[in-house]
Amino acid sequence: MNIMDHLPALVIAIPLLTAFLTPLIDRVSRKARNAVVFIALALTFILAILLVQDVFDNGIQIYVMGASSTTQTIPTQAAVPIRIVLEIDGLSAFMVLISVLISLLGLIYSFSDIKERGGRFYTLFLLMLVGMLGMELTGDLFNLFVFLEVTSIAAAALIAYEFRRGSTSEAALKYIIISSIGALFVLFSIGLLYGEYDLLNMAAIAQAMQSTHIDKIALVLLFSAFALKAGAAPMHMWLPDAYGEAPGAISMVLIPTTAASMYALFRVCFTIYNESLHAIIPAVIIIFGLLSIFIGVTMALVQDDIKRLISFAAVAEVGYILLAMGVGLYGFLNSEEYTVTALRGGMFHLFNDVLDIGLLFLVAGGVIYATGERSLNKLGGLAHSMKYTSVLFLVGLAAAAGLPPMNGFASKIIIYESVYKVSPILSIIAILASIMMLAVFIKIFQAVFTGPKLTECREVPKPMLASMIALAALIIFFGLFPDMVIEHLVDPAVNALMNYGAYIQAVMGVGT
Amino acid sequence: MIYNIPFFTVVALIAIGMYAMLFKRNLIKMAIGLTIVESGVNLFLITLGYRKGGFAPIFTDLPPDVSPADIPGKMVLPVPQALTLTSIVIGVAVLALILSLAINIYRHYGTLESEKVRRLRE
Repeated sequence: MNIMDHLPALVIAIPLLTAFLTPLIDRVSRKARNAVVFIALALTFILAILLVQDVFDNGIQIYVMGASSTTQTIPTQAAVPIRIVLEIDGLSAFMVLISVLISLLGLIYSFSDIKERGGRFYTLFLLMLVGMLGMELTGDLFNLFVFLEVTSIAAAALIAYEFRRGSTSEAALKYIIISSIGALFVLFSIGLLYGEYDLLNMAAIAQAMQSTHIDKIALVLLFSAFALKAGAAPMHMWLPDAYGEAPGAISMVLIPTTAASMYALFRVCFTIYNESLHAIIPAVIIIFGLLSIFIGVTMALVQDDIKRLISFAAVAEVGYILLAMGVGLYGFLNSEEYTVTALRGGMFHLFNDVLDIGLLFLVAGGVIYATGERSLNKLGGLAHSMKYTSVLFLVGLAAAAGLPPMNGFASKIIIYESVYKVSPILSIIAILASIMMLAVFIKIFQAVFTGPKLTECREVPKPMLASMIALAALIIFFGLFPDMVIEHLVDPAVNALMNYGAYIQAVMGVGT
Repeated sequence: MIYNIPFFTVVALIAIGMYAMLFKRNLIKMAIGLTIVESGVNLFLITLGYRKGGFAPIFTDLPPDVSPADIPGKMVLPVPQALTLTSIVIGVAVLALILSLAINIYRHYGTLESEKVRRLRE
């Protein structure tokens, strides 16, 4: 058995099995549990890197569960794929890379952040990673639904993890109810599509797509469910609560889960419906994007809770991605020449959003860890005692506000450039919001880190610092060498988005 | 007409459930509403796979008077049943989580009315 052939299955299986082993090992020793969780996640990370490398070098990878050969998508007695197929193209690989990277850094951070009931925490943590990876690897619509629910349940339990504060349960309840409604919409539209085509495989549905009225109803349901889960305004109301109340690194790891929903949205729009998509969909995505930017930035200005403030900034960042992807989708449907630029900006910004807002969440978590206080009015003067943290916050601030030479600038400039070609007004709104974002973050910096020393506190522990420094290093690297990152990471994802024919052909075979 | 009754039931169930979720303020009633919507979706999936006069999709357990040649079009579709089972299991997990969160909320706030449980405002 060649281990390379089974990479897609192993990437899901290793964290899944470790998740259920963790509570058992926790009974024996805490050190052993930490070691096992870390080794499992590091192994997943390495395997995922190998998988991503394989996809970028050799094109789409297929893994069929339960078939005699892992590449036999269509059984000999059948005309359509009936088994569960994992299909990994450039876009999936890009998302998998983000998910495992952020989870690994979040795990290192959590080792010193989470003190009580650790066994359950890491079980949920790994299950959330499994859900994300499953959503991104699968080529099957029903499988997507199952992993969507796995992610939602694990994430809701993690949001409510600090259950001694009542507000965490409130945020988690809101999150799980909204997620389940979204997931039921997805299930209903899967039923509609299955009733029409007798298919569950995404590539097969894309090939059979006839754009009837039933398909349009299914599209509306899928679109609204995934936009809801991605946190696009005006359906963002759960997001600040969930991000704001989650413990420490979970706020950061929740960003890739929303990104996974965004991935599902793009998969539905670009691959399944591709050219039969109604022209109103890109317009709706652009409007959602602008609304998210506007609401995110303006609401962030008035917040008092540090984590809640960053959460609203995260809403605004989602808006930038949706704006660029909406413009890209519009160009894709009308074969405009700015399509590639817009999609490139959107996908690059997706990665940068996770890094920038993730770093800010980690710093906020560190501040709460050191002081036990989350209100901006009661914090102050932390730069005296937390030197490294305040410098790292400055890096995150500059990146999220889009100042050169950070990565946020590199992707935002591409977004402005491409969006300008559709309408200059879109660019102007985006740039104005970016300036307001800078004001928002300077407000935090001024309130939390500058001023006279108010309280005695110590610098955060080394593991927390290490994951923050890793994120900051990536931010600066991405900002200094954007060309390299775009060429090696972003462009494969953009090509995968544009080339839906290859995705279909990989499953359905040549000539069908 | 008579064969469409399950579909009308689906619509009615989803509408009732949505009504409960949107207009009821009690958290337990909202959870009940979610369960009703879920039943509607499950019924929809099961109805999709139904064949009039069909039999269970098990090849080794066919009725005695049926030859394998008659099978096409006579067997109930197995896939929607598998989907429904999975969906029911997921629904149980979600409901358990919602109720445990509701218990925790009741402990902290002393009420289940969503109007009064509002510490997180925008």
